[in-house]
Amino acid sequence: MQFDQILQYILSGLSTGAIYALIGIGFSIIYNATGIINFAQGEFVMLGGLLTLSSLELLKLPLWAAIPSAIAVSTVVGFLFERLAIRPLKQPTPINLVIITIGGSILIRGLAMLVWGKDTHSIPPFSGDTPIAIGGATILPQHLWILAITLIIIVINKVYFYHTISGKAMRACSYNRRAAGLVGIDVRRMVLFSFVISSAMGAIAGIIVAPLTMTAYDVGVMLGLKGFCAAIIGGMSSGISTVIGGLILGILESLGAGLISSGYKDAIAFIILLLILFIRPQGLFGKANSERV
Amino acid sequence: MLEVSGITQIFGGVTALDSVSFSITRGDITGVIGPNGAGKTTLFNIISGIYRQTAGTVTLEGKDVTGLSPDRLARLSMVRTFQNIELFGSMTLLENVMVGMHTKSSSGLLACALKMPWSIAEERRIRAGAMKWLEFTGITDLADHTAGSLPFGKGRLLEIARALAVEPRIILMDEPAAGLNSQETLALAELIKRIRDLGITVVLVEHDMELVMDICDRIVVLNLGRKLAEGTPREIQESPEVIAAYLGDDD
Amino acid sequence: MTRDLLLFACFSLLIMLAPQLFTGGYLMNVLVFVGINTMLAIALNLLLGYAGQISLGHAGFFGLGAYLSGILTTTFSLNPWGAMPIAALVVGCLAYLIGFPILKLKGHYLAMATLGLGVIIYIVFNETVNLTGGPSGLSGIPNLRLGGIVFDSDVKNYYLIWVVTLMVMLFSINLANSRIGRALRAVHDSDVAAQVLGVNSRLLKVQIFALSAIISSLAGSFYAHTMTFISPASFGFNFSIELLTMVVIGGLGSIYGSFLGAALLTLLPEILRGANDYDIIIYGALLVLMVMFMPGGLVRGIPALYRKIVTRRGEAGHA
Repeated sequence: MQFDQILQYILSGLSTGAIYALIGIGFSIIYNATGIINFAQGEFVMLGGLLTLSSLELLKLPLWAAIPSAIAVSTVVGFLFERLAIRPLKQPTPINLVIITIGGSILIRGLAMLVWGKDTHSIPPFSGDTPIAIGGATILPQHLWILAITLIIIVINKVYFYHTISGKAMRACSYNRRAAGLVGIDVRRMVLFSFVISSAMGAIAGIIVAPLTMTAYDVGVMLGLKGFCAAIIGGMSSGISTVIGGLILGILESLGAGLISSGYKDAIAFIILLLILFIRPQGLFGKANSERV
Repeated sequence: MLEVSGITQIFGGVTALDSVSFSITRGDITGVIGPNGAGKTTLFNIISGIYRQTAGTVTLEGKDVTGLSPDRLARLSMVRTFQNIELFGSMTLLENVMVGMHTKSSSGLLACALKMPWSIAEERRIRAGAMKWLEFTGITDLADHTAGSLPFGKGRLLEIARALAVEPRIILMDEPAAGLNSQETLALAELIKRIRDLGITVVLVEHDMELVMDICDRIVVLNLGRKLAEGTPREIQESPEVIAAYLGDDD
Repeated sequence: MTRDLLLFACFSLLIMLAPQLFTGGYLMNVLVFVGINTMLAIALNLLLGYAGQISLGHAGFFGLGAYLSGILTTTFSLNPWGAMPIAALVVGCLAYLIGFPILKLKGHYLAMATLGLGVIIYIVFNETVNLTGGPSGLSGIPNLRLGGIVFDSDVKNYYLIWVVTLMVMLFSINLANSRIGRALRAVHDSDVAAQVLGVNSRLLKVQIFALSAIISSLAGSFYAHTMTFISPASFGFNFSIELLTMVVIGGLGSIYGSFLGAALLTLLPEILRGANDYDIIIYGALLVLMVMFMPGGLVRGIPALYRKIVTRRGEAGHA
C-alpha cells in the first residue's frame, strides 16, 4: 500500500518535473546568451495554454493546427518583448533589468486577464483520458505526452546547440560575448534568438500541461518561479542538468505534498530554492565561479 | 614592513603566481614591474585581501594578515587603489573622500539616524579631514562635483586622496600612471614623493619605466608569475635577466 | 544642513494641516494608507535605493509585523504597545539571521531569493489557520489607545500614522546624510572600493536589511491596529511588486521620492475608480516606462524635464 502511493507520487512528480525542466531550460537559454533572468518566462507558459484554447474555441482549429499557432503567437510576443523592452534599455544594470522584466511580465499577465478574464479554462487532453496502470499506480495518457515531448525537445536542443552553426554561435555568446562579436557573430541577433527559443519552449510547456492542470491568466507566476528553481538546481545549464533539476524538484514537491502536507506544496519549491542559493548557488552540477577584478 | 612569502596562485589550470617572495622596507617607495601577464595585479589582489591565494603568506608589520578581508586590512592601516579607478560615481568628490575616513570615525546606525551630538561633531571633523586630503592632492576646486563626471586624470587624484583619508601606513597603488599624460605623470611623481614624506610606505605596480626608475627606492621584477629580480633601480637596469625579459619596452 | 531641516519642517506642516483641507471621510482613510505605504516605501528604498540590494519579498515583513501584532493582541491579549516592539524585535532578528546568507547573493539571484522568502511567509500565513485564521483572515484586532484617546476614527488614525511616518522619514533622512548613508551608497557604487576603505560591507548590508524589515514590521503593526482586520491577501507577491513600483517611480535613493511614489500609487486606484482590475496593467506599464525613460524616478525626472523644456524654449526664442 505504502509503496504504491509513493510510486504514484513519484510518477506524477516526474511529469510536473518535466514541465519545470522545460521552463527552466527556457530561463537558462536567455541567461546564458544575455546574462538576464527573464522574469516574464512564466508568462509564455500561460500564453501557450490560453492561446491554444482560443485557437480551438474561437478559430475552431483542430488540435494539430491550434498548437503550432499558439506557439507561433507566443514566439511573436517573445520577439516583441525583447525588441521593445530589453533592447532599448539605456542602462542595463541588474536592478533595471529585474524591474523591466517584472514590469513586462505584469503587463503580459494584465493583458491576458483582459482578453481571457480571470476564470480557469481547460484544454482537452491530446489523446483521451483513460488511465493507464503502472505497478500499483495510475497515470494518464497526457503524462506520457509530457514525458515524450520533453524528451524530444531535449534531443532537439542538444542537436541544435551542438551540431548547428547558429546553435554553436549562441553557445559562443554565452561563454564570451565580446569574443563572439569579434569573430563575426551577430550578438544582438543571438539575444533575439534566445528570447524567441525560450518563449517557444515556455509555450510548449504550457500547452502540454494545460490539459492536466487547467490554465488561467495567472498560472505563469508560480510555474515560472518553479522553472527558475529547476534551472538553479541545474546550474543554469540548457541541457541535462536542468532537466534533472526539474525532475528532482517535481518529485520532491509531489512527495512532500503527499506525505507531509498539500497546503505547503508551493513552499517546498521555494525552500529548495533558498537552500540551493545559500549552500550551492552554482547548482548541484555546476562549477564555482571566480570573479576577476 | 610588508613580507610576502611563497605566494602561489592557481586559477583553474593556470599558475598565475609561483612562489613569489619579497619584502618591503618601511618608508620606501617600492615598484613592482614586469611584462603584461606577469601576475602583478593578481599579486596586489592577494595582498589586499580580494583574492584568496592558493598558498603562501602575507605578513604586515609582523602580523600574519593572509586572507584577511579588505576592510580588516584597512583597519590595520593598509589601503590600495585600483587600475580601473573605482570611484563612487553618484557621490561628490568630497563625499568620496569622506568615505575614506570611515575607519577614523565610529558613529553607528542609531547614532547617525538620531543625530546624536557626538555624531554631529564627528561629521564636522570628517568633512574637515576630507577637505584636507582634497587639498593635498590639489583638487579642492571640484569638491562638490559629482565624481562620475570627472576627467580621468582628476579621477586618479581623487582615488588617491580617498585612500589617504584612511591614514594608512602603507598604500598599494595599481598602475597609478596608466592613462595619464606626461605632465600629469610628473605631477603624480611629486605627489607620491610627498606621500612618502608623510611617512607612508608606498608600493606601486607600474609600466611607466621613467616614473619607476625616477622615484622608486627598490624594484621587484616579476615575469610569468615568478620573481625575476629584486634591487635598486640601477641594479635592475643593469641586470641581464631583466633586460633579456623585457626592459626598454613600452610607453 | 539647515535647508534640509527647513524642507522637512514645511513638509511636516503640510501633512499636519492636510486634514483641515480635506475633510472627506473616505479621503482621510486613503491618506492613512498613504502614510503606511510611505513608511514601507522608505524601508524598501533604504535597502534598494541606497544600499543597492533588491528585495521582492518585503510584503512578507509587513505581513509578519501585522500578524504578530494581531495575534499577540487577540489570542494572547497583550497590550498593543507591548506587542508592537516584540513583533519588530522578532522580525528584526529573523531578517538579521537570514540576511547573512541571502545578501551574499547579487542581482537576479537576490531578487529571486527574496521573492521566495516572501512567498514562503505568505504560504505560512495561509496555512497556520489556528494562529492566523488562514485565508479568511484575523479580526477583532484592538485599536491603539494613548492616554484617554482611542484611535478608532480615520482622522485620529491619520495623525497617529503620520506622526510615526514623519519620524521614520526624519530618521531615514538623517541616516542618508550621515557616515552610514555614505557607506551604503559607496557599497552600492563599488562594493570592493568601499571594502578597501574599511567599510564592512557584508555587515552593513545585513544591518540595513534588518532595519528595513523592522520599519516594515512597524508599518504592519500599525496597519493591523488601524484596520482591526487583516488577511494574507494583502501581504503577497503582488504587494511586494507594488512597493517596488512605488520606490522606482518616486526615485531610488530619495526619501521624498518614496513619499511621492507611495502617494501616487495609493491615490491612483482611487482616482481610476472602477478600473480595479486594470491597476495591475498600469503598474506593469509604469515600471517599464519609468525604467526606460526616467530611471531616476519622478523626483529627479520632473525637474530634469522642466529644465529641458525651459532651455529649449530659450533656444527657440533666439531662433
